[in-house]
Amino acid sequence: MKLKQLESLLGDLQQFSNPKIELEQYPTGPHIASRLLYTAENSFGDVSNKVVADFGCGCGTLGAAAALLGAEQVLAFDIDTESLELASENAEELELDINFVQCDIRNLVWRGQIVDTVVMNPPFGTRKKGADMDFLCVALQVASQAVYSLHKTSTRDHVRRAALRDFNASIAEVLCELQFDVPQLYKFHKKKEVSIAVDLWRFVPKRNQGNGL
Amino acid sequence: MRLLTHNMLSSNIKGVTNGFPLGIEVEKVIEKQVDFNPDFLKNMFLKIEWKALVDASRSLGYAELPEEAPDSSLIHSEDFLRKFHHAILELHLEEGALVCPQTGRKFPVNKGIPNMLLHEDEV
Repeated sequence: MKLKQLESLLGDLQQFSNPKIELEQYPTGPHIASRLLYTAENSFGDVSNKVVADFGCGCGTLGAAAALLGAEQVLAFDIDTESLELASENAEELELDINFVQCDIRNLVWRGQIVDTVVMNPPFGTRKKGADMDFLCVALQVASQAVYSLHKTSTRDHVRRAALRDFNASIAEVLCELQFDVPQLYKFHKKKEVSIAVDLWRFVPKRNQGNGL
Repeated sequence: MRLLTHNMLSSNIKGVTNGFPLGIEVEKVIEKQVDFNPDFLKNMFLKIEWKALVDASRSLGYAELPEEAPDSSLIHSEDFLRKFHHAILELHLEEGALVCPQTGRKFPVNKGIPNMLLHEDEV
């Protein structure tokens, strides 16, 4: 599938109608989502025929993109009931068969090495400090091959240090810098739209990961 | 919820040391056809906890999997792979619950989605 086609399909997905600010619910736009998955697949082969997990799936954009690019199975996790309903509708709309799980990612306990790749657009930690790092920590434990994640460019050094030193990453690489367009979703947003510089990261966990089960 | 998912989920209640595998309470099971991909299955076979899969598939009404973890030569048998495929990918618990093996606490499954959210006193 071509990048343009993927981006177009993702553009048809429904977004949050009543986003919850305390969960930092911002849709991952089709521009970023398509590029994240396209790179993961075409540069690294981390999507097709793999088990891909979308952490904090929200309306399901990244998971849908993974499925469209040939992931064998996609698991999508979110804490919020309404998001999961929306993501389910979106999956159905695109005739995708995605495995949804409702949970708080920070206390997910799993067994084994079933998940190959984790893709995520985690909360940036503007509401709950350190939320992005919590997500990254768990992602590096669950993924057996690679983690793709978005973090504010302003946090680049902090993210790299945390991944390599604390979360057992053997590789932490910024693939590119993107502009994340944040639409005027919440009442406190003064501007119609702002653009935040974000880094698209690829992390590789050290071997022999697992939660001890 | 597929058995692929069940094979990786564990009870996450604080203090539980023996949270896998989760028991299954069935209210509604459905089957969804999935394309057969032998290479994927051979790879997945190495990562699966076999007994958990056999027991889970029996809970869902499918008894075709061998009780004993088959030795790796069997994964070249198409007959075996098709049964494995059916159990791990095509059976869905649509309504019911997952049960913590240690505490008996039930995690509901609705519309195929398990709810693993914990109450405040379980975290």
